[in-house]
Amino acid sequence: MTMELSRHWRLNPQRYVLGGTECAGCGTRYFPPRNLCPRCGSQVLHQANFIGNGLGEVYSYSVVHQAPAGYGDHAPYPVALIQLDDGPVITAQLTDVDPDDVRIGMPVEMVTRRIKQDGDRGLITYGYKFRPMLDPSRPRVPA
Amino acid sequence: MRQVCVLGIGQVPVQELWDKSLRELAVTSIVAALEDAGGVPVQALYVGNMLGGELTGQAQLGALVADFAGLAGLEAFRVEAAGASGGVAFRQGYLAVAAGLRDFVLVTGVEKMTERLDPEVTAALAHAHDGDYETFPGATPASLAAMIMQRYIHEYGVDRGDFAVFPLTAHQNAVNNPYAMYRKALTRAFYDRAAMVAAPLNMLDCSPTCDGAASVVLGPAQVARDLNRPVVKVSSSGLATDTIAIHDRADPLWLAAVAQSVAEAYRQAGKGPGDIDFFELYDDFTITAVLALEASGFAARGQAVRFANEAGIGLDGQLPICTMGGLKGRGNPDGATGVYQIVDVVQQLRGAAGANQIDCRVGMAQAIGGSGATAVTHILEVEK
Repeated sequence: MTMELSRHWRLNPQRYVLGGTECAGCGTRYFPPRNLCPRCGSQVLHQANFIGNGLGEVYSYSVVHQAPAGYGDHAPYPVALIQLDDGPVITAQLTDVDPDDVRIGMPVEMVTRRIKQDGDRGLITYGYKFRPMLDPSRPRVPA
Repeated sequence: MRQVCVLGIGQVPVQELWDKSLRELAVTSIVAALEDAGGVPVQALYVGNMLGGELTGQAQLGALVADFAGLAGLEAFRVEAAGASGGVAFRQGYLAVAAGLRDFVLVTGVEKMTERLDPEVTAALAHAHDGDYETFPGATPASLAAMIMQRYIHEYGVDRGDFAVFPLTAHQNAVNNPYAMYRKALTRAFYDRAAMVAAPLNMLDCSPTCDGAASVVLGPAQVARDLNRPVVKVSSSGLATDTIAIHDRADPLWLAAVAQSVAEAYRQAGKGPGDIDFFELYDDFTITAVLALEASGFAARGQAVRFANEAGIGLDGQLPICTMGGLKGRGNPDGATGVYQIVDVVQQLRGAAGANQIDCRVGMAQAIGGSGATAVTHILEVEK
């Protein structure tokens, strides 16, 4: 059991609202946030929360059968690389979907779910997962 | 820069070595390497290791190993770059001798992975990836490799079963290596039936966790020439990095750090892919071997699986790889692996590879950390 309290608190904006950054110099959008833009070298990056859209599509996926400590309750669970409409690619679990139904290119949306439990008495941590878009008519505005 | 040579090699058989501690493994390989080098007075020890802290609860491996090897007092420290740790430690030794700062250097790779149960080992190995943004969301090393493999199959339309040539070759080559973990050949049918670890990656696409240690002694060429056996030179060394997370790469199917480290190694050695007689590549997962062949210039993009099946990667193929079993057949004691790869190359170049001996003059070894975030490549050749 580990108690990384400050770490979990610090990461709340990323886990709950996909808090990233947008470079003032070249406009590149980053998730996770960066305080230096590797592309143009600018150190001026503005906060950008990608939950406003929160949509994307599956770039690739797999299913975790051998779960690490703290993740066993959900195994086997699907994970994916998701190309967000807002620009960045994000690594996340997929939820509310049969792993056999996942496809490259599948439209998905971000939801908040339980991620990890540190033993019976430890912290339960929450964060983003993605599920197939409930309403496929939801407008998508790719970056 | 001074010409650096490998004077001695030593290794312990890779296994689940429940009765051996990390320090015993390291010291056993060191004693063998020093004896092989004719007992030169080493002046530094670089220890490649990834998980000493996580799985053994032990830091300061430089001091610990030097102490138990009877070398207390020596310059000694641990080098960590996940799966590239051993290769990076070797580069550190190479730099020290090449620069003339040290005449004789010992490089040891050691990993003790069986102290804990699988979920803890999986969690510790995941430290090679972006902790907050790959590992925390639930991705594992195997699932990250699997996602790359899935996309590779999607982009290039490769038949899933055609990947089998990689583990089959590795296991075939491990049969004759007394230091390998799995000394049994595999059949294609066995591969096709293997359980999924992280689809489309099955159990036989994944190198096993295990314990092991390997050591080499480096020194200047003139000393190597006095040892009265084939002189193995380190012709070049290249190291490069890429983004730690796959999701931050413009092209997740291209191992940019591998390409850059190889380019540096080729340039320094004045060689290209056509000059490499065999390649000890990093097959922690089958897809890593595929991408390494492409980024190292042996196959065009999307063509490495066909290259392996048609040109051949076995001992009699166009490009023998993993000639002593690779990570898949020998076992992958993570931070030690990069040093085992060098030992494999030296055995081949000395003509001491036994039943697996190939006709060769130039060999290349390449270790990779995480999903290709660190890559270190060495070219070695035998002086004729």
